Amino acid sequence: MELTLFIITALVALGSAIMVITRKSPIISVLFLVLTFFCLAVFYVMLGAQFIAAMQIIVYAGAIMVLFLFVLMLLNLRGDQNWEVSGPLRKWLGWIAAGGVLLVVITAIQSVTGFNTELDPAVGTVSSIGDALFNRFLLPFEIVSVMLLGAIIGVVAMVKRKPSTEDEEEGGEA
Amino acid sequence: MNVLTSFCNNPANWFFIKLAISLIYMVGMITFVSVFALFAIWLERKISAWAQDRLGPMETGGFHGWLQTVADMLKLLLKEDIIPDAVDRPLFKLAPYIVFASSFAAFATLPFAANLIGTDLNIGIYYIVAISSLVVIAIIMAGWASNNKWSLFGAMRSASQMISYEVPVALALLIPILMAGSLSMQDLVSVQAGGFWNWTIFGGGGFKLPFTVVALPFTVLAFLIYFWASLAEVNRCPFDLPEGESEIIGFHVEYSAMRFGMFFFAEFANMFLVSGVAVALFLGGWYAPLPFLEVSAETSPVLHNIIGAFWFISKSVILVAVQMWLRWTLPRFRVDQLMHVCWKVFLPFSLANILIVSLLVVLFNQ
Repeated sequence: MELTLFIITALVALGSAIMVITRKSPIISVLFLVLTFFCLAVFYVMLGAQFIAAMQIIVYAGAIMVLFLFVLMLLNLRGDQNWEVSGPLRKWLGWIAAGGVLLVVITAIQSVTGFNTELDPAVGTVSSIGDALFNRFLLPFEIVSVMLLGAIIGVVAMVKRKPSTEDEEEGGEA
Repeated sequence: MNVLTSFCNNPANWFFIKLAISLIYMVGMITFVSVFALFAIWLERKISAWAQDRLGPMETGGFHGWLQTVADMLKLLLKEDIIPDAVDRPLFKLAPYIVFASSFAAFATLPFAANLIGTDLNIGIYYIVAISSLVVIAIIMAGWASNNKWSLFGAMRSASQMISYEVPVALALLIPILMAGSLSMQDLVSVQAGGFWNWTIFGGGGFKLPFTVVALPFTVLAFLIYFWASLAEVNRCPFDLPEGESEIIGFHVEYSAMRFGMFFFAEFANMFLVSGVAVALFLGGWYAPLPFLEVSAETSPVLHNIIGAFWFISKSVILVAVQMWLRWTLPRFRVDQLMHVCWKVFLPFSLANILIVSLLVVLFNQ
């Protein structure tokens, strides 16, 4: 039964992943990416990692994809106009990049020796992840959060406008 | 009968049996949500009428127009579904269903009674927060697919509001989770057993007296933050900017007939959902306010569940009625005020609240 479910979900995941890269409209691509992430969450549930599955949905499908949609709508991309590189060069660059990714994936798959079919039920639970984050990987975890905080402060500093003449004119109304 | 017994005893068939039970539960839940939505729309009209010193619907069905929403629903079903020419048809058609599906999916871990729960995931409450965040995607889909700049603006306003308010909602929900030490819905409910003084809102949540008194202000604050922020999550007044029907153009301006109805259906399902989460985490879940008002599981398991579901649904409906009462009493916030309240009032208060309650939990935990 699990195999059937796995095959169905895998087909949906692959299908939507192909749709992500073939659709013309970037908005449609992002929505298919959401579907792909959703399928990945189903895989996590099958592996017993419910917490990571919920994390996948809330962080990727929920927050990051909404951010993508916002950026796409603000940029208002249409088709393939604003490309710096064009013609056959673009095609070749694409092939080189895709080949590189393929090489990385093949080496990664080859380094896997044997599959551990016995699942540890405690691996994906909240307490085991919390334990890993706050004991074993405490320092990297804290460094990453400081980095994110730095990014937030940077954005606020960039967005904050300097008081200009335009603002002073508007100031009277506000 | 023998065939059935042997079928059930064969472990190879357990998958089908589980599937059948899940399907039955799902159909039951859909029926419950539909009936609740019909009832809630009627209740909303009655409460709005009461707030405005009118009578509300009185004709259809005899007693206080109780059939009015059924008639309205029939009207919506029979109306022509107008799809404008320039819309992105597949997305436009899909969006209302995704809005409803993602709020309905969260009902899977809502604990109606001791055994009346779709599945008691070990991350139950986190699953609810996660799956209901997909509504934002569907709203952006609806706004963008409509190919109308006003609905796109409406969708963006709506999405930014819902994403912002997810933060205080999740932070406020951490207080009961900290006290119960679990993310499972049934664990969160069961620590509140034995009378209303043990409810998490009154500082209970599995802790005894000295903790209760010290923690009381903070747990009440957590409940208030959750309740107010969840109003914004479900687009209710005073945060109903996404869909102030008569004055502001929202993301669903191009929708008509039942597709438009689906958005409202989802809104009422969501109202019950956030009230149900508030009841489960803060207000004792399916436990009665006084211990003698419930039937213990040893006396009668069936009655235990029925009485539990009664208390759970009653408390949730009372919270839904409070939401409606607020809607017809308070004026609406402006967009900048809305963001100000979220990021500069709710967020610091809930962060401080988490620090204080975690400290208390560590101090009083034996």
